[in-house]
Amino acid sequence: MNKTDFPSLLIPPERFESLGREGAGPGPKNPPRIVVRNLNFFYGRHQALFDNSLEIAANRVTAIIGPSGCGKSTHIRVYNRIYEIYRDQRAQGEVILDRENILAPGVDIIELRRKIGMIFQRPTTFPMSVFENVAYGLRLHYRLNQGEVFDRVEDALKRAVLWDEVKDKLEDSATALSGGQQQRLCIARAIAVEPELLLMDEPTSAIDPVATSKIEDLIESLKQNYTLVIVTHNMQQAARISDFTAFFYEGRIVEFGPTRRIFTKPLEKQTEDYITGRFG
Amino acid sequence: MNKRSKLARAMTDLAMRLVSSLAALVGILALSWIIYEVLDRGAGAMSLAFFTRLPTPPGIGGGGVANALVGTLAMVLLGGVIGVPIGMFAGVYLAEFGQKTRFGDYVRFATNVMMGIPSIIVGLFVYTLLVVSLGHFSGFAGAVSLAIIMIPIVARTTEDMLLLVPNPLRESALALGAPRWKVIVEILFRAAKAGLITGVILAIARVSGETAPLLFTALNSPFWMKSLGQPTANLTVTIFNYAMSPYRDWQKTAWGASLIIMAAVLFLNIVTRLTLREARK
Amino acid sequence: MERKQANHNRADAVFRLATGLCASMVFVIMLGILFELYRNSRLSIGQFGFRFLLSSAWNPVTDDFGALSSIFGTLVSTLIAMVLAVPLSLVIALFLVELAPPALSRPVGYAIELLAAIPSIIYGMWGLFVFAPFMSGYVQPALSDSFGFLPLFSGPPMGIGMLSAGIILALMILPYISAVMREVFSMVPAVVKESAFGMGATTWEVTYKVTVRYGLRGLLGASFLGLGRAIGETMAVTFVIGNDHRLGLSLFSPGNTIASTLANEFAEASAPIYLSSLMELGLILFLITFLIQMLAQVWLHRLQKGTGRA
Repeated sequence: MNKTDFPSLLIPPERFESLGREGAGPGPKNPPRIVVRNLNFFYGRHQALFDNSLEIAANRVTAIIGPSGCGKSTHIRVYNRIYEIYRDQRAQGEVILDRENILAPGVDIIELRRKIGMIFQRPTTFPMSVFENVAYGLRLHYRLNQGEVFDRVEDALKRAVLWDEVKDKLEDSATALSGGQQQRLCIARAIAVEPELLLMDEPTSAIDPVATSKIEDLIESLKQNYTLVIVTHNMQQAARISDFTAFFYEGRIVEFGPTRRIFTKPLEKQTEDYITGRFG
Repeated sequence: MNKRSKLARAMTDLAMRLVSSLAALVGILALSWIIYEVLDRGAGAMSLAFFTRLPTPPGIGGGGVANALVGTLAMVLLGGVIGVPIGMFAGVYLAEFGQKTRFGDYVRFATNVMMGIPSIIVGLFVYTLLVVSLGHFSGFAGAVSLAIIMIPIVARTTEDMLLLVPNPLRESALALGAPRWKVIVEILFRAAKAGLITGVILAIARVSGETAPLLFTALNSPFWMKSLGQPTANLTVTIFNYAMSPYRDWQKTAWGASLIIMAAVLFLNIVTRLTLREARK
Repeated sequence: MERKQANHNRADAVFRLATGLCASMVFVIMLGILFELYRNSRLSIGQFGFRFLLSSAWNPVTDDFGALSSIFGTLVSTLIAMVLAVPLSLVIALFLVELAPPALSRPVGYAIELLAAIPSIIYGMWGLFVFAPFMSGYVQPALSDSFGFLPLFSGPPMGIGMLSAGIILALMILPYISAVMREVFSMVPAVVKESAFGMGATTWEVTYKVTVRYGLRGLLGASFLGLGRAIGETMAVTFVIGNDHRLGLSLFSPGNTIASTLANEFAEASAPIYLSSLMELGLILFLITFLIQMLAQVWLHRLQKGTGRA
């Protein structure tokens, strides 16, 4: 079941840095940022993910598609171990980031989550002002004076292409912003702490088309500095913005490869059926 | 429904509509009757002296319940200082750590049971615990029994209010790298602020009208409160003692004290209702 | 940028431990109450044994004590309260959920809830000085005239007594029962009601045949909660029940309840056996309310798991 285009799964992780791959698009400058090997996931006794193996290329957008309930969100929720707050959820296998299996005990979760930002389906603005929303994470991780905090908040809001819209209402409650603005505020909040990866769990599913296109443009521009993983049920979106695509079905990765190939020449029948709209 | 005539069925329906409207009316009438009588009879006792003077022996007149007012405030305040943090922390445990755990279920069960335990039983418990062992009645013992009554109320509302906060908010704060305790104290408490404050005020309103748990703990006193280590004057036990006395002017004082208590409790209830409605908007 | 270094794992563990300790305090207090009441009533349990429950003696002079009159009074006053409050709450909930327009339902519902906010000592004052004279002046003579041949309604109309206590208790528990009943009523799926209306049923028929049956378990659970409240209510009852240890069949006669006996006599009890007997009364009251709460919890818990069908 596990078909991937990457032979490098067979190569020890310590050699990834020097690795180059052929035909995969990103070229030698884009070694995998995350390597997932044989990931299994359980909700109590129910197994939700089966032997997922995957590589997330650095500074590229990787899209995860598949019908609802196929384990897309579950998969990326392992990367920052956010599933752990629920007592009955459990992950097995390896998720390697910076030569370290993040699922191993003793990993510094706080640092892991600083390195990996996450954006959710619906905007999750904190009940505080626009400014404080972005400053909150900064103050968590860095020792900064008032001026430095302000500069970094401004910078993050600019990178999230939100500054011009909110610069006059920084002290207003964040919940007063529109849905699309709130979602970009969440992105600003996430990138303010200088993460290396951004996980996005259907970030545009609760937002109107105009705001969606703004966020898609934003994702395109974020690619230079971040590695992005985006879960989406919208295949056009995956085709538009991603470099690589993984197709999930019933907890398994059916097919994984460069987006263009997946959408033009899928190797698996199931993938073809899904992207041509025959099911899902 | 089978063979009864349409008319009979319509009449039954009408009759039941009437009965249920009347029942609601009975409830409203009872409420209005009680409030009216307390206002009417209590107003006669109101004067500046009533709020500033010590009680006087029967027949002398001109006395007040100032010491009882101070004592009640002090005990409710201390009860809140003890009970609210414990109740809130217990509620945090139930909502954030104790979901689907056996220990959490036990605690939740105990909380529900404790909410239904008669307050006089709490008075007996604190009597054996703090009055017998220390050798005397005290305002401190009274405050502890009020705290014990507040803890389960605050714990349950805290749990309910925290559970109303959507999970993605928790997750997004954690995903930002915030430790669990900061997420709870800085984000969830803020998101649930209106509900939490409501719960605390309602618990305070509830205990400020309590009498039974104070009977065997704080007792009462005709003097000013010097410390909470002694028997402490309070409004509710004063009402009980004075109402049961044969003296007209003491009974009048009891009505006056009733008016203060009722006005305070109803005020707190209405205010919290309004703030909660504002917060929901 | 300078990074902050902090041991969050330890802070989290400490926080979690602190909340866990506070949570366990609720449990510890519950067990503590049981233990303390038992420890302090051992003297009385040892002296009177099981006879305590069956004896109506209550004599501080001869040190002879029995709980029967208090238990009897508790049960009778609670029974009166339940007989009045359950149907009344049911129709009030029906009025609020099904009949009244929202503009009326909200303030009326709130007024009913406010009945629960009024402290019990206020009910006591009102009961003793307002309601008892009203009972002896109007209600009891009328009852005597119509039903005087029944022992239940015989005797002098004094106002204070079992009947007045029961009625006031009914008013006090009414908001608790009707609140839960309102919830149960609004839990009945609209489709179920609509299909009955679609068959031409009247509002009352839908309520009686569909809503009440659908929510029967919830209605019982609501009644249980009210029962627990009524049994332990102290001050309001103490003011109006008359505080008499004699057993009487008439609802007009004064009596006492466990809670009123405690409130009245605890402060004056000096002999160890007197005090211990009062503690045992407290233990009995605790066990009764504990049992009722437990049944109500289990019952309502099962209700939430199932769909609420009877």
